Amino acid sequence: MIAEAGLAALWLAAAMALLQLVGGLTLLRGGAGQLVPLIKPAAYVQGALCTLAFFALMWLFYVTDLSVLLVASNSHIDKPIIFKLAGTWGNHEGSMLLWVAVLSVSGAAIAFFENRVDPKTLSATLAVQAFIALGFFAFLLFASNPFERLVPAPLEGAGLNPLLQDVGLAFHPPTLYMGYVGLSIAFSFAVGALLTNQVGPAFARAMRPWVLGAWIFLTIGIAAGSYWAYYELGWGGWWFWDPVENASLMPWLAATALLHSVSVLATRNALCAWTIMLALVAFAMSMAGTFLVRSGILTSVHAFAVDPERGAFILALMLMYTSIAFVIFALRIGTVKQGEPFQLVSREGGIVANNIFLSVILAVVLIGTLYPLAAEAMGDKISVGPPYFNKATVPVMLLLMLALLIGPMLRWRRDALMRMKYLLIGAAVILVSGGLAAWILAPEVGLYPLLGIALSLALAVAAWMPLRGRKLLRTPLPTFGMVIAHFGIAVSVFGMAAESGFSKETLTALAPGESAEVAGWKVQLEDVKPVVGDNWVAVEGQMVASKNGDMFELGPQSRQFFKPEMQTSEAALLTRWNGQLYAVIAQPDQEGDGRWQVRLWWKPFVTFIWYGGILIALGGAISLLGRMFRRAKKPAINKWERA
Amino acid sequence: MRAIVPILLTLSTPVIAQGSGPMPPLANRQLVDPAKEAQAMRLMHSLRCIQCQGQSIADSDAAMAATMRAEVRQQIAAGEKPEAIRSWMIDRYGEWVSFEPDMKGAGLLLWIAPFFIFLASIWLARGLFRRRA
Repeated sequence: MIAEAGLAALWLAAAMALLQLVGGLTLLRGGAGQLVPLIKPAAYVQGALCTLAFFALMWLFYVTDLSVLLVASNSHIDKPIIFKLAGTWGNHEGSMLLWVAVLSVSGAAIAFFENRVDPKTLSATLAVQAFIALGFFAFLLFASNPFERLVPAPLEGAGLNPLLQDVGLAFHPPTLYMGYVGLSIAFSFAVGALLTNQVGPAFARAMRPWVLGAWIFLTIGIAAGSYWAYYELGWGGWWFWDPVENASLMPWLAATALLHSVSVLATRNALCAWTIMLALVAFAMSMAGTFLVRSGILTSVHAFAVDPERGAFILALMLMYTSIAFVIFALRIGTVKQGEPFQLVSREGGIVANNIFLSVILAVVLIGTLYPLAAEAMGDKISVGPPYFNKATVPVMLLLMLALLIGPMLRWRRDALMRMKYLLIGAAVILVSGGLAAWILAPEVGLYPLLGIALSLALAVAAWMPLRGRKLLRTPLPTFGMVIAHFGIAVSVFGMAAESGFSKETLTALAPGESAEVAGWKVQLEDVKPVVGDNWVAVEGQMVASKNGDMFELGPQSRQFFKPEMQTSEAALLTRWNGQLYAVIAQPDQEGDGRWQVRLWWKPFVTFIWYGGILIALGGAISLLGRMFRRAKKPAINKWERA
Repeated sequence: MRAIVPILLTLSTPVIAQGSGPMPPLANRQLVDPAKEAQAMRLMHSLRCIQCQGQSIADSDAAMAATMRAEVRQQIAAGEKPEAIRSWMIDRYGEWVSFEPDMKGAGLLLWIAPFFIFLASIWLARGLFRRRA
């Protein structure tokens, strides 16, 4: 009954989307527009119906209704309740339903809150939004119905991938989806503004919170995914340049570029065409991301619930939306006016550098990810992996950081580097001395980690410079947000460079009572014991790590899950301020000799990678709050609107 | 048939042929010389575990990856150059095994693409600065 109600709600929501689209079309065609007053109510109802459908599915997972195919194949009666609920979106159909629900609720939110843009632009935006939603409704209803029944109902259910039975991961996919959906809204705004010739600061200010929000979620999602891979895959890596990771990184790169250029458009009325272009690219990348993850076209450690046929459906949707959007872009771009002029050395110039470097990284990641497919089509089976991506992107990232040292301190329109000569000299001194110090301390670590450390030290100072000479209480929140986010980049890059240049590794086999050393830590295996969990059994290595008289207990496990069967290693992490000790216990070493394979790592400052990620997201959140407060106080109008 | 596969794999690798037990010891043990271990590690991170889902042999629990790690360490210890070992692996398992495509043939375009993209984007942006403020 609940399942049928959910399905009915989905169909009705699709009808609302259709109404919204038709209403928008009549408005753009310059018709009588009797449907126009219905656009907003249709958006509200669509949002409500989708929420209803999503909660219906959640309820089915909550009560473990095994007569529903999706529940039966992704849940199990013995599963902990949190993972039963997380099972709602831990599979293909449920995650697509979540996508659509978030999309519809966001559409309703735009209809309700957005009063800055021209009403016609708003209607066009909602129509584009409904057009996107319709594609996904079709996808859900025709190709991946989450409410399909199963007759006869099984007795216990098949279970959820054990790797996914992790609290952090339960919230990882929804976070990324929020990001993707936010970018779809930016896309709708961009197309809406193009269609109604309203590309200007007002449109940019309406679009900015969505880009910012999407970007915050993507940042959190990527950081969380990376931490998950770090402790769950059991080999101490935190970024594998895996296709699925790349699929989440590409929208982030596009969103980061878009975030910067939309700010220029909002405050300076420049980079108009550029911003529209980036909004289209960002949405295309989030569709491509969904496609790559869902189609299983590329082998990946992160790919779950893959299905090539459905992948083809998403690919078709992506091609349709992006090609229509680019056609509109090509037809309308002539009408977008030239922005305000600026010089090479200026804040705008710095942001253009940011956009160029981010776009180059994005293009390299995209080409590297899709290249094996192209090569395979031509008959060559090749792999493109970490060595390529590191060599091709890290130099550009370092250039990006170099631009970031100076950019935020420049004035709008035009500036002279001579004005900041002492600051530049200061930054150069930190850069050179930091690099030299790291090189003297550890000559063998290689160029990239050294440059990364030097640049992050310089940036850690330079990031705060935009606050210099300002009255802190009167500084707008978005400026604080920017400073914190840029400082977060420095923190994160420092962690990455320190980890990749200075990690220590010990691979060994220990019998209970024996010990091993890594980077000054002595780790003793005291005992190996069996442990039983809800739906797994494990061997736990009871270890004691000691350094300078401090003793810590560690309990890494090697888990064997059933339903479905799978082996995972639960690493034990000991966090110190200056790094993490990472311990793993694997299989028995040789038959009968009583030793267990043990892997130990000391990873200096590795936690900074994710602390930095949190700071970046926090900076975004502060900036977003600041914009919302300021908007609540007074509707900003700047001189380009009066003209 | 499934039971035969491990045996075939075992026979095909020289490490095991020397008779050192079921799991080759160098699979999960470091080389004594840290410089050689670092060399081996770098190579292992650039070789794909052909049995798993896109992990390198340095990050995989699969038996196949263990055997390949042992092979790499064995050859490095014997003084073999990393690039020679990579070609050895490619001869055996095909281009698919290397995460770092060669700068020739199908892989060439991949390596020159970043430079072209960089130049193209600078060319695109050039127009933005033309007008004097």
